Order: sequence, then C-alpha cells, then structure tokens
Amino acid sequence: MSIIVFAEEWNNQFKKASFEAVSYAKSWAELAGTTVTAVTSRGAADPAALATYGADRIVTIVLAATPYGIAQQLAAMAEGAAGMVIAGTSIGRSIAPALAALAGGALSTNTTSIPTGTAPVTVVRGAFSSKGIETIELTGGLPMVSFVPNSVGIQERAGAGAVESMDTTGTDLLQVTEKTIASGKVALPEAEVVVSAGRGLKGPENWAMIEELASVLGAATACSKPVSDIGWRPHSEHVGQTGIQVNPNLYIAIGISGAIQHLAGVSASKTIVVVNTDAEAPFFKAADYGIVGDAFEVVPQLVNAMRAFKAGQ
Amino acid sequence: MNLLVCISHVPDTTAKINFDAAGTALDATGVQFVINPYDEFSLTKALHLKEAHGGTITVLNVGGPETEPTLRKALAIGADQAIRINATPTDAITVAKELKNHIAANTYDLILCGQESIDYNGQQVPAMLAALLNLPFVNACVDLVIDGSSATATGEIDGGHATYTGNLPLVVGGKKGLVEEKDLRIPNMRGIMTARSKPLQVLEATEHDAATRAVKFVKPAVKSAVKLVDNVDELVHLLHNEAKAI
Repeated sequence: MSIIVFAEEWNNQFKKASFEAVSYAKSWAELAGTTVTAVTSRGAADPAALATYGADRIVTIVLAATPYGIAQQLAAMAEGAAGMVIAGTSIGRSIAPALAALAGGALSTNTTSIPTGTAPVTVVRGAFSSKGIETIELTGGLPMVSFVPNSVGIQERAGAGAVESMDTTGTDLLQVTEKTIASGKVALPEAEVVVSAGRGLKGPENWAMIEELASVLGAATACSKPVSDIGWRPHSEHVGQTGIQVNPNLYIAIGISGAIQHLAGVSASKTIVVVNTDAEAPFFKAADYGIVGDAFEVVPQLVNAMRAFKAGQ
Repeated sequence: MNLLVCISHVPDTTAKINFDAAGTALDATGVQFVINPYDEFSLTKALHLKEAHGGTITVLNVGGPETEPTLRKALAIGADQAIRINATPTDAITVAKELKNHIAANTYDLILCGQESIDYNGQQVPAMLAALLNLPFVNACVDLVIDGSSATATGEIDGGHATYTGNLPLVVGGKKGLVEEKDLRIPNMRGIMTARSKPLQVLEATEHDAATRAVKFVKPAVKSAVKLVDNVDELVHLLHNEAKAI
C-alpha cells in the first residue's frame, strides 16, 4: 500500500520537479502511514538520489517513448497502491489523466497542496484561471495527484532507497520523430525566477538587457502575448492564458500592462515585481513591488544592482 | 474527413468569478459564457482541415441546455452540426466517459479538444478520452499536418517541442499555435443565420459516476497594495530581506 511516484528525467538527469514529486509522496506517505515507491527510467544517471527525498523503494524500468506508453506502465503497478503522484510537467500532464483513466484513478491536477486529509484524500488546487481555489476530495478510485511544479517545494528526508529493476512494457501509439529542447536555458515552467517583458520594450532588438537580467538571476525569460503574436519572441515564451502558466518564487514583469489574460498565467507567482512607465497599468494591482519608470533606465540599473548583490552573497 | 471538436462552455476570461453562498459551486449570476479559448484554436484548425481535405465538422459538448448558445456560436463560426450530451459535467472522468461512449459508436477521423478549459483548468479530459478509446494523443498541440490516414503532430514540452507521427484517428489537445490568433474566426451575420437551421442533436447521458468531489471554492486572498519603490537598490533589499525571493 505504498505511494507510487513517477520521477521524470531528461538526458538521464532528474528534473527538479522529480525531487519535488518524491518530497510530495513522502509527505503524503507520512500522513497515510505508508512508504514511498519511486518509479523512474533505467537510464537515469543516479536513481539512488531519490532516496534523499524519501523514496523507500526505487524501481527502474525501460520507459516507453510516449506519455501514453508510460501511463500504461504505471497503471500496471497501480494495484495495491495507496496513491500516485505525478509532477505537473508537460509530460506529467499527459501521463496523469491517461493513468487515471486506465487505472480507475480519482485525479486532482493543478494541485497546489499536499493532502490536507487522507480519509478521503483531500487536496487544494487552482481553478478558474487563478481566480478560484478549490478544495477537492478524491473519492471514487485510487487517489492520484498531479501538482504544479514549484508549489509544494523540495524537502530532504531520507528513505530506505533500495533500487531494483522491473520489466514492464507500454504500447506507444505514436512514433516520436523529433524532440528539441533549447539548451543552456532555464525551462520556463520549472523556473524559480522569471524575467518577462512586453511591448514596452519597443522591439525585439532590445531583449539583450532582459536576457542579461535573466542570466544574472538564473532566471527563465518570458514574454506577453502581444510580443509573441507579433513575433518578437517565440510562442514558447508566452506566459498567460493560452500560453504557459508559471508560478515562480519571483516574477519580474517589464513593460507589460497586465491584461487579465496575462495575469491568469502568472498570478500564482509568490512575489511579483512590475516595472512600467504607466503608474495606472493594471499590473501594479497584482504586484508586490513596483517601480514606475522607463525600462531602458531601470533594467540596466537592476542588472548592476542584482549582479552586485549576487557577488556579495 | 469526419472531424469532431469537443467544446467547453466556460465563463468569459474577463468575468468576475464568484461562488455560491455554500462555496461549493460557481455563482453564474451575471457571468457571460463563451467557447473555451483553447477550443477556439481547435475549432479553427478543423475549419482549415475541412477546407483542405473536405469533410464534416461536428461540435460536441457535455452539459445542460444552458450550453446550447455556445454550440450555436460554434455552428455560426462554421461547424456543420452540433451534439449536446445532456449531463452535468461533474468531473473530468464523467465528461471523458460521455464523450467516449459517443465517439466509440461513431466514426471520427480526428478528435480535436482544447488543451484545457479555463474554468476548472484540469487539463484532463483529452488525455483521459484518448486512453479510454485507446487512441493516440498529443497534448499542447501547436502543429498538425494530416496526410491521408496518417498525422504528424507537434506538442509543446517543457522548454521545447516533440513531434509525433501516427495513424488516424488521433486525439489532440490544442492551443495557440495550432492556428494563429489572427486566424480565429468570429461569427458573421450569415453564419449566425445559417447556424439556426443547422442540426443540434441532444443525446441522453450514459454514465454518471464521478471520481472526485469539489467540496469548497474560495477566492484567492486579495493582494495587499503594491509597494512602490524609487530605486533598484531598495528593490533588491526588499526582495532579499522582506520577500525572501532572492
């Protein structure tokens, strides 16, 4: 009756969200008085690392190529489980619902809390594009949680960590023909700090200072919808409703007015800083800190100030 | 091609969201409902595919009679026929099972959904539906090319893209990129007139067992007023010492 958690890796390295997933499973297992079984790819460089975050048993499998294949593999292990945890990464968001459908799960996605109760399992999740917070009971099947990365945090609590391998297959209904991930950049959905800019930057040639600020902060870069629509920045950087939803510890918005569609994708951020020339910009209402000023003056100063701060740490 | 577009009926993006006195459901008073924005990209993609390959577009929704204006709007935009499965969309699995029962009894080449609905933000139904039907699925789909009976689809993954090929039928969860924002269509007067005479069929629900139960909705705490600062050094100081964000 273990809590089963899927630990995703990319290029043989665990994603940060995977450590958070195991931490989540450990918190749940402590409440439920049970153990944590982590399932990961046999290619993962160091499966035993999952023990640091609470995995008692670490099962390595030859992963199927597609989320649906992986969902089948996890479904085959679901019998007798007390619950299942999947990080809400892009792959996880495809796996979890398929797994719930295959294994008769009661699934909460977009979850932002560890279970607040275990009989029935009760969790808190975001709804109505951050305009509502829902408490949901997982009543009608094996309880399963997909959580928002960076919402519950990583905790180190040692588990027994016995590593074993298992043979299981899933059927991939699609062939993966290409996979491209921008290298050397912080992936937006997992970023702890996001530096985002909008039309206030006046043109794509002015993004160097945004990239520089992001680089100083170890942040991902993002942009508003109009900026991706006019092609100044790629669609993959567009945060907001119909774009990517983020919840970093720090979101710095530069030259973005703060349309409701944008806020829907960022208002779960823990701290929001807004830099805008227009003191009436709606984004200031959603911000924690603001500077009314010209991005072309403020951002270079901020780069220097942050660089000095980082150097002093 | 026999194209199916699954449509959610959701509060408009700009709607003020309130909950009923018990805090267990949305208070729909005064709320304007629209086609789920993600579904609009899928609907427009279906129109493009029909223009290129011929065929029929069916729009399908699980919901009560109050959702019919949303289906009529989809007809006005260019879908050929609409089906409403008369059930309360209690949770994702109930919706997915209703959709599955209809789809399994019919022949669709392509099932286009939106990646998620902007009301419950579950991002569950399309993947569940594909799994229940044992059909291939591509989420966050930003490109789709149909060639005879096969498809090449690209989905966003964290920090990049993955491209898949496979045979139809295929289920996709669409989003911006599947078509461009500027390609989205709004109903014109002729569309609205012809939509009135297009078929809208109501089917009775087949399954009802929900797996989850919403027990409480609250609104997020109102943010305290923004702290305006004059210079970047003060900002860095506050971010470090007060917000502990750096």
